[in-house]
Amino acid sequence: MKPAPFEYFAPETVADAASILSRYEGEAKLLAGGQSLVPLLNMRLARPKALVDLNGVPQLEGVREENGRLVIGAMTRQRTIERSQLVANAQPLLLEAVRNIAHPQIRNRGTIGGSLAHADPAAELPAAAVALDAEFSATGPRGTRMIASRDFFVSFLTTALQPDEVLTEISFPKTPSGAGWSVQEVARRHGDFALAGAAVTLSLDGDRCRGATIALFGVGYVPIRAHGAEGVLQGEAVSGALLDSAAERAGADIEEPLSDIHASSEFRRHLARTMTRRALTAALDRARNGASNA
Amino acid sequence: MPERRDLRLRVNGVTHETAVEPRLTLVDFLRGELGLGGVHVGCEHGVCGACTVLIDGRAARSCIMLAVQADGGEITTVEGLSTDGSLHPIQQAFLESHGLQCGFCTPGFIMSICELLEDNESPTEDEIKETLGGNLCRCTGYENIIKSVHLAAEKMRAQP
Repeated sequence: MKPAPFEYFAPETVADAASILSRYEGEAKLLAGGQSLVPLLNMRLARPKALVDLNGVPQLEGVREENGRLVIGAMTRQRTIERSQLVANAQPLLLEAVRNIAHPQIRNRGTIGGSLAHADPAAELPAAAVALDAEFSATGPRGTRMIASRDFFVSFLTTALQPDEVLTEISFPKTPSGAGWSVQEVARRHGDFALAGAAVTLSLDGDRCRGATIALFGVGYVPIRAHGAEGVLQGEAVSGALLDSAAERAGADIEEPLSDIHASSEFRRHLARTMTRRALTAALDRARNGASNA
Repeated sequence: MPERRDLRLRVNGVTHETAVEPRLTLVDFLRGELGLGGVHVGCEHGVCGACTVLIDGRAARSCIMLAVQADGGEITTVEGLSTDGSLHPIQQAFLESHGLQCGFCTPGFIMSICELLEDNESPTEDEIKETLGGNLCRCTGYENIIKSVHLAAEKMRAQP
């Protein structure tokens, strides 16, 4: 058998899941869609003592609007998000991020919470969450707390979740009218993790940029907000030259881009600039044309 | 003796009640315990798509899913497609359009296409490519597989 032995639990409530996690003191892993964890188990790179399968916890699934925000249960499948009219209307950037994840067969099983909690630096959903200032809700033995996206991603495959906490839902602001968005990435093969990518929102006030958010992925240990580039855009009259200098600045906003066998540090910086430029162009188009989600 | 866990699921219309080790992957269960050799094991880490089956109607990779996760579910493998000895229209289309050469990847492709055509009876070229992107073929160069999907869609639309 491929994975090493583990104890298996299939709780029906978040409270039960958290109490099992707590009992194993960091030696148990949550199993969501399994699209990253099961390969790690198969290769025995991960050898947890126990697996806590969340697939039987109904309260973790679903998409809803609440207090003017879009709230998505952690166990909601990526495919469900992709097909949700509510998501398409309320936060289309999320839809575009999800469509860039792997392949439909993976998205059928993969969940939003699993991807966020796994925190692969090249994954789309963490960058989308950072670009949108999402809020994460986590429940553990000490109760429930909210975590801001800027605090959630700590390092490579590491989040602010404690070993006995369960990510339960993620809340996103709804996209304001007159805002544009885009997710752009480059990968060696269709469906692969990105070498680099950018998730961007941009809103206009006449011909001026009211504000923009830019999150870069695949270039650092966590998604990087390009605050410098956002500052370049803020309040300025929009032009091709302005987008050029914002994209240039986004490259400079990355302190030390990742370097590995797939791409050098400098190549990743170059890609981040190019993806930012493309995403800004697409976002601007959508902002000007009163954005449909096509 | 490692702990085993009760498992009840329907595979190709037949209910199975058994007990398995929690670490057994679904593909190893389908092949090893049920003898369904049409579910192929390729990369064993979710990249190649050869092990694709339908789980409650949705295509997924059975090598990166535990058998216990399918508890209560309905699984369809390539063995479940043909009826009374006649090929499913997708299989027939692969035969007629030369959609396979060595055949190793074929069951996975067929199951992915099965989900696609259930949802969408006339997929565009782009929609077909988006679906097939999750399955690797080292022989055909994909062109004849795309042709097979178009032909299969045509055959299925013509069905009463």
